[in-house]
Parts: sequence; C-alpha cells; structure tokens
Amino acid sequence: MTDDLDIAIDARGITKIYGKNTVVDNFDIRVPKGAIYGFLGPNGSGKTTTIRILCGLLTPDAGNGTCVGHDIRTESDKIKAQVGYMTQKFSLYQDLTIRENLDFVARMFAVKNRKKRVNDALEGLGLSDRSHQIAANLSGGWKQRLALAACLIHDPKLLLLDEPTAGVDPKARREFWDEIRRLSKRGVTVLVSTHYMDEAVQCDNLAYIAYGKKLIDGPSASIAKQVGLTTYRIEGEQLSDLEERIKGEPGVAQVARFGTGIHVSGVDAAILRDSVKRIATQENRKWSEQPAGLEEAFIYLMTGSSDNFSKPNEAAR
Amino acid sequence: MKWFSINRFVAVLAKEFVQMRRDRVTFAMMIGLPIIQLLLFGFAINADPRNLPTMIDLGDNGPMTRAVVSAMQTSDYFEFIGYVNGYEDGERALRTGSANFVVVIPPNFERDLIRGDKPEILLAADASDPSATGGAVNALGGILNVVARQNLTGPLAHVVGQPAPFSINVQRHYNPEGSTATNIVPGLLGIILSMTMVMITAVAIVKETEQGTMEMLIATPVRPLEVMLGKILPYVFVGYVQTLVFLAASFAIFDIPFTGEKLAFFIGFNLYIIVNLALGFLISTLVRSQMQAMQLSFFTILPSILLSGFMFPFSGMPGWAQFLGTGVPATHFLRLIRKVMLKGAGVSDVTSEYISLVVILLVIGLIAAKHYRQTLD
Repeated sequence: MTDDLDIAIDARGITKIYGKNTVVDNFDIRVPKGAIYGFLGPNGSGKTTTIRILCGLLTPDAGNGTCVGHDIRTESDKIKAQVGYMTQKFSLYQDLTIRENLDFVARMFAVKNRKKRVNDALEGLGLSDRSHQIAANLSGGWKQRLALAACLIHDPKLLLLDEPTAGVDPKARREFWDEIRRLSKRGVTVLVSTHYMDEAVQCDNLAYIAYGKKLIDGPSASIAKQVGLTTYRIEGEQLSDLEERIKGEPGVAQVARFGTGIHVSGVDAAILRDSVKRIATQENRKWSEQPAGLEEAFIYLMTGSSDNFSKPNEAAR
Repeated sequence: MKWFSINRFVAVLAKEFVQMRRDRVTFAMMIGLPIIQLLLFGFAINADPRNLPTMIDLGDNGPMTRAVVSAMQTSDYFEFIGYVNGYEDGERALRTGSANFVVVIPPNFERDLIRGDKPEILLAADASDPSATGGAVNALGGILNVVARQNLTGPLAHVVGQPAPFSINVQRHYNPEGSTATNIVPGLLGIILSMTMVMITAVAIVKETEQGTMEMLIATPVRPLEVMLGKILPYVFVGYVQTLVFLAASFAIFDIPFTGEKLAFFIGFNLYIIVNLALGFLISTLVRSQMQAMQLSFFTILPSILLSGFMFPFSGMPGWAQFLGTGVPATHFLRLIRKVMLKGAGVSDVTSEYISLVVILLVIGLIAAKHYRQTLD
C-alpha cells in the first residue's frame, strides 16, 4: 500500500531490459490522484513500455512501486480491475459491432448492471442508433471514442492512455481532451503519452522521456524554467533568411518560427543576447526578450535528446 | 479475485462464435474443404509397399514348407516376425495390427503335395489397408510357382505341371473387396481433423496477438484459462461438425462399414481433437504472426500425411521413420479408426492408441504451458 493516499502511481527505479537494450532506465514516477500527467518523448523512448509496466502487463527487471495502491509486481490483478488502459493501436475487435465490443469488455470486468452500463456508454458516445455497426468500418475518430468508452466501462480510478489521439483529426482531438478534463475533475487520474505539443499544454504535470531516461519532470508551468531556456523574439520581413543566418551563431540552441517572428532560444543567456543583438541591429529588426514557454522547452528537448543520446534507436517498442 | 469465472469464460466463448460467424470464408473452408479433400483423396490414392510383418501358422515343417517360407521372405514382400498357433491367435494378430498377414500352412502339406492332392496354403491378409497388402498378395502366386519348379525336381518333377501343384487361398479380412477407399477414407478423417484443428486454433489465438486485442484482453482481469478454453471450445464444436459431415459422406458416398464400438470411436476422436487443439495452442505460443502460425501448422501436417501410415503403410517405412511416426498423433488415430470402423474393435482393443494419444497430449501440454505468457514479456 502507498503511504500517501493521494498518490495514484508511485514507482521507483523501474528498469526494463530487452536483450542489450535498456528500454526503461531507472525510472521514477509519482502521480497525484486526479492529475492529468503527460508523458512526452520521441518514438521508442520507452513511454509504452513504462505504461505497460505500471498496469502490470510487463514485469520490470528492476524497481518497484504501487499503482492505485497495489504492488505492480504482485498485485496486477487488483490493478487491472481499477485501471482503464487504452492502447496505442485500436485493440478492440474489428469484426464485432460497437455494442458487442462494449458488452464484451464489460463482461471481462464483471460490470454490474451490464446492459444499462453498455446502453449508457452508447448514449454517451452518441452511437445508440449505430450500435450494430462493425467496428472495422468506423473512422479513426470514432474508433478512438469507442476505445475510450470501453476503457471507462468499469469506472476505473486511473486511465492510462497511450498516444490516444494519433491519427485523429483536430476537432475530435479537442473533444477528446474535453472529455479527459471532465474525467479528471471527477477525480479520475489520467496518465497520457503524446507527441503533440498542444496536448502537452493540457496536462497538469509533464515528464519528458528519451531513451528510457526521464530528463525532466514537474508541473507544466515550471518545465520551461527547469530547462533553463532564454528566448528572444525577432520580428520583421524575410524571416527565412534571418533564420538561416542566426542558426550558427554562438549561444543559439534553437530557432523556431512563431507567427510573424522567430523565437531564438539558448541556455546561455549572455552569449545568446550578444548574438541576437548583433544580428538584429545589423538587419535593423525589432527584438525583445520573451518568457520561454513550454513550446520552446519542448522543441529544445526534442532536438536536444537526439543529440545527447545518439545511440541506435532499436529499443523502439 | 476468483480463479475461474464462468461468466468471463462464456463471454470469450460467445465472442469467438460471433467472430466465427462473421468470417464467412473461413467458416466455409472449415466445412467445405474437408468434403473436397474427402472426395479428392478418397478416389486418388494407392501404393505398393514391401517388408510387411507376417506371422506364420506352421502345420507342417518339411523341407518344402521351409522353401515356401524362405521364398516368401526373399521376395521382400513378406517379413516373418513370428509364429501363431491356431485361428484365434492369427485373428488377434491381424486385429491388433501386429501383423499384416498370417500364412497358414496346413498339416501334412508336404505329404499331400507329393501325393498330388494339391494342398491349400491359406493367406489371411489385413485388407483394411489394401495398398499395403494388395501388392504382396498379387506377388505370392508367382513366388510359389517358382518355389515349386525349383524344389520339385528329380523324382518329384512329375508333380509340377499344369495346373499348379498347390493352391493359395487368400482371405481378405476387414475389406473383402480390397477397396482403397475403405482404407483411405477413415484415415482422411484423421488428416482433415488435424489440419483444421491445428491451423485454426493456432491462427485464432495468434490473431489476438497480431491485431493487438490480446493486449486489451490481458489488461482486463480475465484469466488465461478462461481465454484458452473460451477460444478453443468453439473449434471442438467445429471438429464435431466435421466428423459428422465426414461420417455421413463416408456412408453415403464410399459405402464404408462401421463395424466397431461407437464408444471406442467417440472417445478416440475426442481425444484426438484435444491433442490437435493443444498442438495448435502450442504453435500459437511459439509464433508472433498469423503467417508464421500457418507455416508451422503446415509443417506439422506433412508428417501426419507422410509418416502416419496414411499415405504409405507404416510397416513399410524404415525404423527411424517409424520412430518419428510414433510421435505423430495422426499415426495413433489412424490405427484406432481403422481398427474401430473396419475391424470391429472395441474400447479394450484400442487402449494402446488411447495411451499413446494421452502421452502425446501431456508432452504438448507441458511445453505449451511453459511457453504461454500471461504478461506481454
């Protein structure tokens, strides 16, 4: 049992090794109850493996911890009954209808008042009149909504969502996140892995993972600070030329375009300032310091990780 | 947490039936292909083997008798493996399959021969496998004529002449017309069951892994045993349907008799279906994709056809091949079904086949249980 009842996931030193690849490396995680916790990181960084370990589908090679108050090594049965796990790939039966799929999952979890639960879920989805449609014929957005409904059929305390919005259009994605926030308000803890910046912004807490190592972890608001970036905004015409010119300058770690300007960021504030000032003055452009946002931090981490860890990326799973 | 939940098991079972019903092509194959195979192979197969186990009932032991025996042995068709004493003994040897032939040399054979009484040699053949015995029976006439010419010389030369100095009476047991279909058709049930049961089970289980639904299943509280039974049982049902279709076809089209105990057959084919499902399950634990499952299943089907005594007589194979064949479930089911359908055997006559199938089942089950992963590791 956890010592702290307000913690949904508490794990330390989680390590998983496949052959010679350390897919998850000495990973610590602590997720407060009711939080939306985001997992960011490039493909193959160990997000999926970590999620699988947390809900008892994989046994870690080292480390231990609890998930919804139960030991992840020995009590995976109890964890499974309280966790909704939405896999990266659509993992319901393509050849069953929407209703059959929901009904099947409900039976697996031995849900009480099954018929009513399934009907409610169908209504919630707005699919009551299409409940006899075969799942294979659904569009990506609908499949994702169905998968979410299936995860929720047994009222889980914790939702594990593995890249839930991959291949889903922006409108459906927004609706999906509205639903996630509603659930979070009702006290459901959500752990979600994603590639998307706009989704990361929605999370209360963020962890950034690369090659199985957690590089950064904290409340969303403090991530930029933790990364330690300073950002300058330069405005004007012909941004492409400017972008090219400034890229190699000392102190410039990354250049990204935002609207009518470019954001130039770096970790060494003084050197960066000199470079930006010199270029901007030469070209007679407006420049100003900018509070480094999550976007800059995120892009910095994404590009930085591939430099810092240019190990072969075979660990992808 | 309950160890086994009937509810979840029934849910998996029901789901599997729905999926089976939706997949029309596979369903049609499960029922249609066996019939096609039955018709195709039932009419197509034949062969001419050698070195068939033969027992002898020696009523006489003179030089002429020994010459007959040694000529039969030299012909390569017959291999003498022992003696029997009396009709009962010979009948038992044929029924249990320890011998394909029993040769009965009548008492006073030599005396009657010299007297010119034209004594009769009885050749009792297990014709339930006519491809095994047919060639040997046909060759026997020639063999004996040569024996007569070579041995009846000098003062006995007058005995040789037209017609032959002695005659052969061939008794075809269990399949009087020597019809190949009578032999092939019961064997085909073994092959067809093995083919569909192994392959479909392996594919159905791997399909869950390949399509990612296994990950969802494992993430629910469902137990491996519930999944396993729920997934396998529908195919036992398919096996029953195949057997029924097969029996109907073999009576209606091929006129195959069913002389033995129904119970012996019932126990046998259930056991055989279970062995094959276990084999399919084992395959599913070894492979990662449906394609691999298909390939590995095919790999198990060839020995069922070639080494089991279905295509070529078991007794005609070299020792090492017989050894391999003993490990093939179809070998034992083939013996069992031929004994029961054609030779009128009962439960007590086929216990050795039951035991062999159970031993194979245990071995397969142990390996499968070792390989099955409850987690995704």
